[in-house]
Amino acid sequence: MAALGAPLRTLRALLPLRTAGRSYRDSPAYRHVLAAFRAHRVTSEKLCRAQQELHFQAATYLCLLRSVREHEALHREYHGKGERSPQEVAGLVGFRLPQQPGGKG
Amino acid sequence: MSSVAMWRGCRRLWWAHSPPTRLPRLPPAAAGSGPVGTCGRRAYAPPAERKRFYQNVSISQGEGGFEINLDHRKLKTPQAKLFTVPSEALAIAVATEWDSQKDTIKFYTMHLTTLCNTALDNPTQRNKTQLIRAAVKFLETDTVCYRVEEPPALAELQKNEWDPVVTWAEKRYNVTIGSSTSILGPNIPASTKDTFISHLASYNMWALQGIEFVITQLKSLILSMSLIDRHITVEKAVLLSRLEEEYQIRRWGNVEWAHDYDLCELRARTAAGTLFVHLCSESSTVKHKLLQD
Repeated sequence: MAALGAPLRTLRALLPLRTAGRSYRDSPAYRHVLAAFRAHRVTSEKLCRAQQELHFQAATYLCLLRSVREHEALHREYHGKGERSPQEVAGLVGFRLPQQPGGKG
Repeated sequence: MSSVAMWRGCRRLWWAHSPPTRLPRLPPAAAGSGPVGTCGRRAYAPPAERKRFYQNVSISQGEGGFEINLDHRKLKTPQAKLFTVPSEALAIAVATEWDSQKDTIKFYTMHLTTLCNTALDNPTQRNKTQLIRAAVKFLETDTVCYRVEEPPALAELQKNEWDPVVTWAEKRYNVTIGSSTSILGPNIPASTKDTFISHLASYNMWALQGIEFVITQLKSLILSMSLIDRHITVEKAVLLSRLEEEYQIRRWGNVEWAHDYDLCELRARTAAGTLFVHLCSESSTVKHKLLQD
């Protein structure tokens, strides 16, 4: 398995990312992740079939949240303003749209 | 009536009659709000974002699985089916997507919701066999099997980075894959395809939709399977899928609004697909060891 680092590190990074402004501790997602991590702690009393599975899932989810956030920021910055109008596009290359005295059509 | 108002009216009609297949249909209360900022848009410009019309998002358990509630209204799919998912973790993740929308609903960031809608509605009307065939077809043109001969630096990079994954896949599935520099691609034996077909058949429909989604993102069955099998991480899989692009970026420079934008989107989609497959195919239980004397 590829290097994932320490599970606790992933957990720490994952928890605050789930917030949408309000306190993230109230969200069901927060409780779910925490409960899942707690339930999958390896102890001497639990048989661990695939120790890395949950950690891989958490890392995948962390990647999803981070990438969505970055993608959204880039989208807002570069693509969020929509398309330019024909006048603006023409202006970019130094043209002007023809004048129609009587209005269009 | 000004042309802008008329235009807005047309767009509203268009929305009412043909909602895009992959976007979730919203409860009726949302339909009246209409798209915003339509001034000067062309007919095929992407639809404007809708206002967030709900306050609270919660999940509840129904007969078919877990459902999403937006202020006591049930979320529906684009084909007006009840939105219900088989796993609680997936429902929580979808609910988190809806809850993390701030002022407007940005559907292009809600990959898990989109995947669930696809699985529920199956807009392409394909059955399991067709899905598997479409997935395995990617093997004939698999990214990691197509190699270049020049420039030598890129050829070496491909060899160093892609060979280990191909070798891993050959061992894991006990098949022959190989690679090629010919335009026709490698000669994949029929037995290899059969092995992948029977392996993919062991997944359920939901997981298969996710697998096919990941494959079409990465343009590679081999990378997708090593990701699903947890052999490589999402970041690594995306890097390997974009190897030539990364090489060109290193040589010619990075353009944020194109390269980084694509990278983030690809990572988000791949991560969503992988998570979707894992959440839809797992049956997780925590077993306690029997106490031994």
